Amino acid sequence: MTGWLLRRIAQAALVVVLMTVIVFVGLHAIGNPVDILIGDDMNQQERLEAIARLGLDQPLWRQYLAFVDGALHGNLGKSFVYQEDAIRLILQRLPATMELAVGALVLAIVIGVPLGLFAGMKPEHPVSKALMAASIVGFSLPAFWVALMFIMVFSVQLGWLPASGRGETRALLGVQWSWLTWDGLQHLILPAFNLALFKISLVLRLTRAGVREVLPQDFVKFARAKGLSNARVVVVHVLRNTLIPLVTVLGLELGATIAYAVVTESIFAWPGAGKLILDSINSLDRPVVVAYLMVVVVIFVTLNLVVDLLYKLLDPRVRLEGAR
Amino acid sequence: MKAKTFDERSIWWRVGADFLHSRVAVFGLVILALVVLAALAAPWITPQNPYDLMQLDVLDARLHPGTPSSSAGYTYWLGTDGQGRDLYSAIVYGLRISLLVGIGSAAIAAVIGTLVGLLAAYAGGKVDALLMRLVDLLLSFPTILMALMILAYVGKGVGNVVLTLVLLEWAYYARTARGQALVETQREYVEAARGQGIPRWRILTGHILPNCLPPLLVIGALQIARAITLEATLSFLGLGVPITEPSLGLLISNGYQYLLSNEYWISFFPGVALLATIVAINLVGDQLRDVLNPRLQK
Amino acid sequence: MSAEVPTLEVRELQTRFHTRAGVLPVVNGVSFTLGRGKVLGLVGESGSGKSVTGFSIMGLVDPPGVVEGGQVLFQGRDLTRLDDEARRSLRGNRIAMIFQDPMATLNPVLRIDTQMMEAVHAHRQVSNAEARQLAAQALARMGIPSPDDRLRAYPHQLSGGMRQRVAIAIALLHGPDLIIADEPTTALDVTIQAQILSEMQTLVRETGMALIWISHDLSVVAGLADEIAVMYAGRIVEHGSVDDVLDHPQHPYTQGLIGSLPSANRKTRQRGARLTQIPGMAPNLLQMPSGCAFAPRCARATAACEAMPDMFRPRAEAPAHQARCFHPGAAARTMEAAA
Repeated sequence: MTGWLLRRIAQAALVVVLMTVIVFVGLHAIGNPVDILIGDDMNQQERLEAIARLGLDQPLWRQYLAFVDGALHGNLGKSFVYQEDAIRLILQRLPATMELAVGALVLAIVIGVPLGLFAGMKPEHPVSKALMAASIVGFSLPAFWVALMFIMVFSVQLGWLPASGRGETRALLGVQWSWLTWDGLQHLILPAFNLALFKISLVLRLTRAGVREVLPQDFVKFARAKGLSNARVVVVHVLRNTLIPLVTVLGLELGATIAYAVVTESIFAWPGAGKLILDSINSLDRPVVVAYLMVVVVIFVTLNLVVDLLYKLLDPRVRLEGAR
Repeated sequence: MKAKTFDERSIWWRVGADFLHSRVAVFGLVILALVVLAALAAPWITPQNPYDLMQLDVLDARLHPGTPSSSAGYTYWLGTDGQGRDLYSAIVYGLRISLLVGIGSAAIAAVIGTLVGLLAAYAGGKVDALLMRLVDLLLSFPTILMALMILAYVGKGVGNVVLTLVLLEWAYYARTARGQALVETQREYVEAARGQGIPRWRILTGHILPNCLPPLLVIGALQIARAITLEATLSFLGLGVPITEPSLGLLISNGYQYLLSNEYWISFFPGVALLATIVAINLVGDQLRDVLNPRLQK
Repeated sequence: MSAEVPTLEVRELQTRFHTRAGVLPVVNGVSFTLGRGKVLGLVGESGSGKSVTGFSIMGLVDPPGVVEGGQVLFQGRDLTRLDDEARRSLRGNRIAMIFQDPMATLNPVLRIDTQMMEAVHAHRQVSNAEARQLAAQALARMGIPSPDDRLRAYPHQLSGGMRQRVAIAIALLHGPDLIIADEPTTALDVTIQAQILSEMQTLVRETGMALIWISHDLSVVAGLADEIAVMYAGRIVEHGSVDDVLDHPQHPYTQGLIGSLPSANRKTRQRGARLTQIPGMAPNLLQMPSGCAFAPRCARATAACEAMPDMFRPRAEAPAHQARCFHPGAAARTMEAAA
């Protein structure tokens, strides 16, 4: 087990390194690095100084090492727009994005799993059929349009929920979270739901498919033959066996959600990392873009690792095979 | 002459018959057909060419659905947008762009991806491993981020959007084609063909490729839906089509600012059209997947 | 004959499967009686309906199957008339079932103790510690060494024979009056098979529980059963004591089954003589002939067989021995259809 873990961590590290090379090479291939990392509005003298300071007159491999060195020390350049460390900017905004992503995932599980369970256990029921039809619409919906419709209905016409922005926050573990306040929750509901719609449909379909696969298996019949109550059969036997593969999918989906938050954040003016990256792309604030890429890569690789680990832990067949 | 039994008919006929079993899928197919027809017949079924600035009347901007035009002789059944475009016409023309971009990028990506996938399966060994690592890497990152990055570097425009989509989608086809090709190479008929001395490349194109088509078809259908959504999203974010020739995404984006004054139709109707198209494609793709899957055992 | 209520009495049980292709009469009028401490061997090919008969008695028939007719009297109570909760409280408690493949019947992601303790808790209010103790005792009774270690294990960590013993232990937890064993040794080695057979025999003798042993293999059942019922296409075609059925088989299908056994009927057949095979294929339940279901494959079939034969008693000396055939017996004696 530890052997496997070490190998996976090494693999993950390799992917991160690979990404740094790609990003670095990409920076140089696409355009003049001078323009990318330095502002356009410096005069000749300042540019020369900046070039020397940033070591851009050095051979490429030296620059790469400098880049890595800087990255390891948490320095990925300064934002043109904000004149702050790019990485700091991103890390500041990350909690807001995480709130959205995790909120969306929680919604997806809380709504999607029970509905999927029902649809899987009673596939011929009219409600089940309606759910399946709804799920197709659910993952066909263009998220940005739904966001607008949400705002229109719930904010403009009904006036129940705020149309944009993040609410008040409260500190927990040194970070400001908005779901800890009532006002924050109100602001969180619409964007989280918007982000969750696609996922709910996905979770619903996956759960249903999983249940339909598990239900006819002999151990379910055997559990009933033992005289277990229906509730126990469903929850402990059917659901548990269905959820194990589901967990891995959901873990990977969390990564995708963090990325897709870009659109939702932009519409709801949610001050997260996604909005930052969009603004930065539009304003050509390349250091922020680079920093964001790196952060996302690290998050993704970590998530992949955690998901693999989780699967190993949850499925005893996999876990204990290795130990033999 | 005896009529053919079900099993004797060609596989495509049977696929078609099975497909038509699902009323929902047929419904999707009908909607899809309507959309395609509307897009093809755009100039003939719309009163206005929304991309021709000369035909727009700024004074007619932001009119309610059903308001008659002040200058031309027709009614704005779905209202007008901020530039005075008849929304109905804009939607039909916008569908054109969506379909063009979606199907076009999917087709190009399919060709490239299938070639790469078959190549990987054919070459095997290190080439295969390398290509599949590349595919995995590409597929493990979320599309929207990659799209934003690519567009940030290459700039806006429909052509660039297509380029981006192709770059992101080919990997799906490659993985599926390779997987299916590998399954097929284990099959007996390939051994038999080799035994007859048929050259490998011919086995690949003549035998393996046709058997890879079913899953590729399914992926293709669902990819078209994704491509259309992605193009709409990118246009919405201002990274896609130019402002003078709005696609559905841009129309929706334009309507954003008017939402708060309750002028909902500018964002609403294009969205419904987009939704209907994508739902239709997904319905068809879903049924295709259900129908084609067991057939893969043939 | 004592006036004791038989443990199980099945009367004209009907279970049908409603599929897109049509309605399949998988259990088509099955009747038998099983007394206390008796073992019934229910034998038939796959598709004969023997497993579904077992499930129907337990009330575990999955859709699209439905128990549509007949009665299942357990100690005098008609199970088909009971509500779900009443049936549930009987399952695993007074009536238990053992399945064929223990790797499939034990949940692979749960530990053995979890799966045993939940069976205890389903019918008794005891503490966790007590439940665990009961589980360990049950394992020990099955001859499983170091039961506490086994309890903490997962199913895939045990051998096939061990897993089946666990399944049997679970079935015996509450001392049921009736056990239905559906091919429990088919997936096991021959030596383990013999062990388990003998253990079951001891159990039946000691506790007086009734046992239905479902199998496709006559030889397995021969040593254990008191009575044998042979099923074909959803109906019982022969029923009698084990000696009657094996030594004097009346129905051509039973004769075919015995004839194909290498070991049976040593006294009547020489070593090296050919094994007989039953010609034809298992019947398609959607396209059954109107009369005897075995007629298409039967060498003795005549025009009379186009009517459905009742269960006749072809041997005057053994009134309990029945066969569903117009031409039962070693010689082609003909039974007139009941008027």
